[in-house]
Amino acid sequence: MAILINETTRIIVQGFTGKIGSFHAQDMINYGSNVVGGVTPGKGGQTHLGRPVFNTVKEAVQQVRAEASIVFVPPAFAADSIMEAADAGIKYCVAITDGIPTQDMMTVKNFLRRFPMEKRMFLTGPNCAGTISPGRAMLGIMPGHIYMQGNVGIVGRSGTLGYEAADQMKRLGIGISSSVGIGGDPINGSSHRDILEKFEQDPETKVVLMIGEIGGPQEVEAGLYAREMTKPVVAYIAGLTAPEGRRMGHAGAIISSAGESAAEKVAILKELGVIICPTPAAMGKTVAEVLAKL
Amino acid sequence: MDIHEYQAKELLSGYGVKIAEGGLAYSPEDAVQRAREIGGTVWAVKAQIHSGARGKAGGIKICKTHDEVEAAAEALLGKRLVTHQTGPAGKVCGRLYVEAGTDIVKEMYFCFLVDRSAERIVMVGSAQGGMDIEELAITNPEAITKIYIEPSVGLQAYQAREMAFALGLDAEIMSHAVKTIKGCYRALRDLDASMLEINPLVMTRNGELLALDAKMGFDENALFRQQKISELRDKTQEDPRETAAADRGLSYVGLDGDIGCMINGAGLAMATMDMIKLAGGEPANFLDVGGGASAERTEKAFRLVLADKNVKAMLVNIFAGINRCDWIAEGVVQAVRKIDMKIPLIVRLSGTNVEEGQRIIRESGLPIITAETLAEAAEKAVQARNKVAALSTTGA
Repeated sequence: MAILINETTRIIVQGFTGKIGSFHAQDMINYGSNVVGGVTPGKGGQTHLGRPVFNTVKEAVQQVRAEASIVFVPPAFAADSIMEAADAGIKYCVAITDGIPTQDMMTVKNFLRRFPMEKRMFLTGPNCAGTISPGRAMLGIMPGHIYMQGNVGIVGRSGTLGYEAADQMKRLGIGISSSVGIGGDPINGSSHRDILEKFEQDPETKVVLMIGEIGGPQEVEAGLYAREMTKPVVAYIAGLTAPEGRRMGHAGAIISSAGESAAEKVAILKELGVIICPTPAAMGKTVAEVLAKL
Repeated sequence: MDIHEYQAKELLSGYGVKIAEGGLAYSPEDAVQRAREIGGTVWAVKAQIHSGARGKAGGIKICKTHDEVEAAAEALLGKRLVTHQTGPAGKVCGRLYVEAGTDIVKEMYFCFLVDRSAERIVMVGSAQGGMDIEELAITNPEAITKIYIEPSVGLQAYQAREMAFALGLDAEIMSHAVKTIKGCYRALRDLDASMLEINPLVMTRNGELLALDAKMGFDENALFRQQKISELRDKTQEDPRETAAADRGLSYVGLDGDIGCMINGAGLAMATMDMIKLAGGEPANFLDVGGGASAERTEKAFRLVLADKNVKAMLVNIFAGINRCDWIAEGVVQAVRKIDMKIPLIVRLSGTNVEEGQRIIRESGLPIITAETLAEAAEKAVQARNKVAALSTTGA
């Protein structure tokens, strides 16, 4: 099962023939992802990495029945590519691109809302590491080998901190159903809560680890939903030492109003029944303890 | 990216927002000259620093004679002003804005910002101006009006009217108020601003609606298409270390602790800093070296961290994904040799090619302390820091 992607998901790469797109497309193919082609406007008809190149996403959907896409297009053009995917009928899109203007993302989100729910593309990112369903498919830029297949779901904003969590779990013999990066931008495709909903519906996932950080309301919104879930949610919130009003790398990681600091988020999540990892070094251990009690 | 009050006012006046007459001054002589040009009998001499709450910090002086203007300028230029927004280090005032005095009958609060939860721009206003809006939100939330703007159609006139009435403005001024509010919204959208605050927006005795202060912040991700805004950047208002880092494509935030950090990825960087704190230490900085940490980049990052003289130990934590630990290790070894580092260095590598990376560090013959896990790395960094601190206090 897993969520969002598996070994049969038909994947295309937007920004396929560029240096970064090529590198990660090859990596995804090596991992076993079902990459069926790619899109680079103007290069339609060519073959790249043994797969067909299309001028538009629409052609890729028509000709190779693409279902999922991954966007490596530069920031100035990325919003356009995401909307092209949504309009062409792609069901799931991961936007890797870092640096998309906030107003462009507002436009994207507004554009997506025009589609009725059953036809609306599911978007994760931008500014994320992508999604992996270990042993099945990788739609991202993560090192696939650090993930073991299993039944813990991971959702997080950060790439490398997600790797850290997967690595801690692997050392303890704990595997992952899917790991989803939602990205570090203030406005993103899907929230922590959106991903929790997916994990709640996935029979394979037994426990979810949410890796949040300072800034914005999403961790608390997810906590409110976690209270209704049948599965335990474990959380770690990064940024205990982050001063107010300073951007900590991610465009969205900034404490700009009440309730956005790590300490406040932890206090609220605790109250909502979410199990808190006391330290970032204890993410694996905390998940192990929760699994042992199931 | 923030800009100065005078810059924001200049931008807004191009969008039909009325401002008091004023001019920029770099010296006391300039300031007097500006006051002469403006005319009248009352002037405000305002320190231009990237922060609100300047009034409370003594950054705004009301003057009634040219001599007073000169004295105020003398006092403010070069002065370090500390507000709750600047942090304890404060910001140095290098420019003044001399403005005609305004006869105020009513002060209001008005702003636009991006609401992350609603994923829309929200317009916020209150008839109780001049106050700290965060404070007002807690003490009297009913006094604040919030109106959300539908991105596809933009701000509508009825919404601007609704806001103007909530601000307590009279019907006579309505058409100008709507023009002002719509102008602010257009400026925000056209210029990729992430926030625009007018605090206070004032009614003058002769019935004019003026932006007495103006603050704008811009989305750095959009600067590539806002050339004119990029040119307004004032590097003297930024932490020089952060500017240097940004110019090198690194993301750095200086803090008050003494354990320097170099990490890849913003989330892992924050988590590593948390771990240092939990182990009893204090991080000196946030530093994300990003995905492609080449030897050259690593050296630049080391120099940046070590430029902070408070740093007593340095921790490197890299989780190699696209990167490879052996490349990182080589970069670290090269940097240490080149810089001739004097303080303890703790390195924790994880991910792709980790064994090879650890071997390179071990065989370098350099006194680098290695760690396997995040917890061990933080503990060793705090221990090393404590040793250095103990040595320096005993004078050894």
